[in-house]
Amino acid sequence: MNNFFFKVLRSGISTTYQDDGRFGMQHYGVPAGGCMDKEFFTLANALIKNNIKEGVVEFAYQGPLIEFIKGKTKIAIIGNVIFKIIYKNNITIEGECNRTYNISEGDKIDILATKDSVYGYLAVEGGFNLKPFFNSVSTLAQARIGPNEGKKIKADDKIILNKNRNEEKNFSIDVKFNNSNTIRVLKGEQYQYFMEESHKNFFSSSYNITNLTDRMGMRLKGPAIKNIINTNIRSEGIIRGAIQIPGDGQPIILLTDHPTIGGYPKIAYVISADYDLLVQKKPGTNISFKCIELDEAEKLYKDKKDKISKIIKNIKEIN
Amino acid sequence: MLKKLNNIGDSGIVCDFGNEVNQTVNEEVIKLFNFVQKQISLGKLDGILNCIPSYNKLIINFDLKIINSKKIFNFINSVDFAKLNLNQAQKEWTIPICYDLEMDLTNMSKELKIDKNEIIKNHSETVFFIYMVGFVPGHPFMGDLDPKMFLDRLKTPRVKVPEGAVGIVEKFCNIYPYESPGGWNIIGRTPIKLFNSKNETHPCLLSPGDIVKFKPITKKEFNNFNNE
Repeated sequence: MNNFFFKVLRSGISTTYQDDGRFGMQHYGVPAGGCMDKEFFTLANALIKNNIKEGVVEFAYQGPLIEFIKGKTKIAIIGNVIFKIIYKNNITIEGECNRTYNISEGDKIDILATKDSVYGYLAVEGGFNLKPFFNSVSTLAQARIGPNEGKKIKADDKIILNKNRNEEKNFSIDVKFNNSNTIRVLKGEQYQYFMEESHKNFFSSSYNITNLTDRMGMRLKGPAIKNIINTNIRSEGIIRGAIQIPGDGQPIILLTDHPTIGGYPKIAYVISADYDLLVQKKPGTNISFKCIELDEAEKLYKDKKDKISKIIKNIKEIN
Repeated sequence: MLKKLNNIGDSGIVCDFGNEVNQTVNEEVIKLFNFVQKQISLGKLDGILNCIPSYNKLIINFDLKIINSKKIFNFINSVDFAKLNLNQAQKEWTIPICYDLEMDLTNMSKELKIDKNEIIKNHSETVFFIYMVGFVPGHPFMGDLDPKMFLDRLKTPRVKVPEGAVGIVEKFCNIYPYESPGGWNIIGRTPIKLFNSKNETHPCLLSPGDIVKFKPITKKEFNNFNNE
């Protein structure tokens, strides 16, 4: 192991190593997990010219304060994030997201807050030195699976890098923010379990994102969805983006670290193209749902993929 | 028999085998699950992220960048169900259990009007089939219990069920892999670890379709188990 590392001076609220996810283990009870916002994850690695699936540090709300102890590296913070770089010579700058910075021994990065969003990402050139478990360095904190003994990053931890900096030039990427509060969905398998009036409410009212929201799920509050058949179904496999309605009628959207099996009927599923948009919505936000058809959802996903490719093609050197 | 195929969202499909929950139906689910896993490992089906068998359904979650619902429908429709085998790798496990830990056994005995020793004998002589594994890592849902052992969930779920607790509800039996909240009637506890994230090849002890028998151990054996 080399000696290039950051020391964690403050951990932040929920700071973890994540990557694309851990696949093929859900029949053992392990959800795919991985970065909440896959678009930002992809852009972070593209900007810093890493392998596109390299692990990154994900933070939520308040991020970590870290000091680079040894070596030199290049970092990028992707998202809508307020942060500072405190150089060793005590010059402090307001950091700009979505560009790279060269960092040396003694420099500190203070990630203060995500702005109008929840998740941000820190990537370093060459990636972090992490031991994969089933081909992934994603942390599933509730089951203690993944690097760092499956735990969130805490104060005094070392964040160890794979290598020293090679590339001296810096680059920027033009990340576009989508501010829409409308989440598009496909009807769920148990759509008919709910009253017609509730169907109408579900698509015409807004739902408030409550504080009971984390990497596992998002609890909403709004007009109750009334079940006319059965508030429980036989437990079945879950996929992320499922909107389930428990007995109290208040929707729960299952997110990236969801339980793998569940027994509540699902009214709808968030389309893949809008998933990243959804997870970036802060508690307190009012969102609404729009029903679309499968072929449209597939097209929207393809459009999103094309948009990401275009953003990556337009990465520019900073002069 | 496969009753219907549906998309769930834009990145999942569900293969529905009907509403019954019994071993015959679940074996059909697991046969298809094994077949799909096999095709993935042979490189004949790309873009599958996860396959999740449950009592009566198989859910396939896929990467929309690589494949779509229609292609997976076609794949499933081309399967010759008559030729599918049950897992040749089906394993039989003997799980040690300590019944002597006074969790819910006394209450169960009152409610079922069966002597405690009779409950223990009945449970430890039952051959369990694993319908599915999940909710949390390593957690098995097994069946079927003798109908005279059927109980409802606890009226007030426990805030903390210890790791390794063995619970029963209706015809099902489970094992809690982690300390967690839970509403099942706790009959005993096993010292066996169901999910070990330090084991890089086989972290999960039990698989859907496996067979489980319980072997009673004493309190002393339970306490010494992990020291041996």
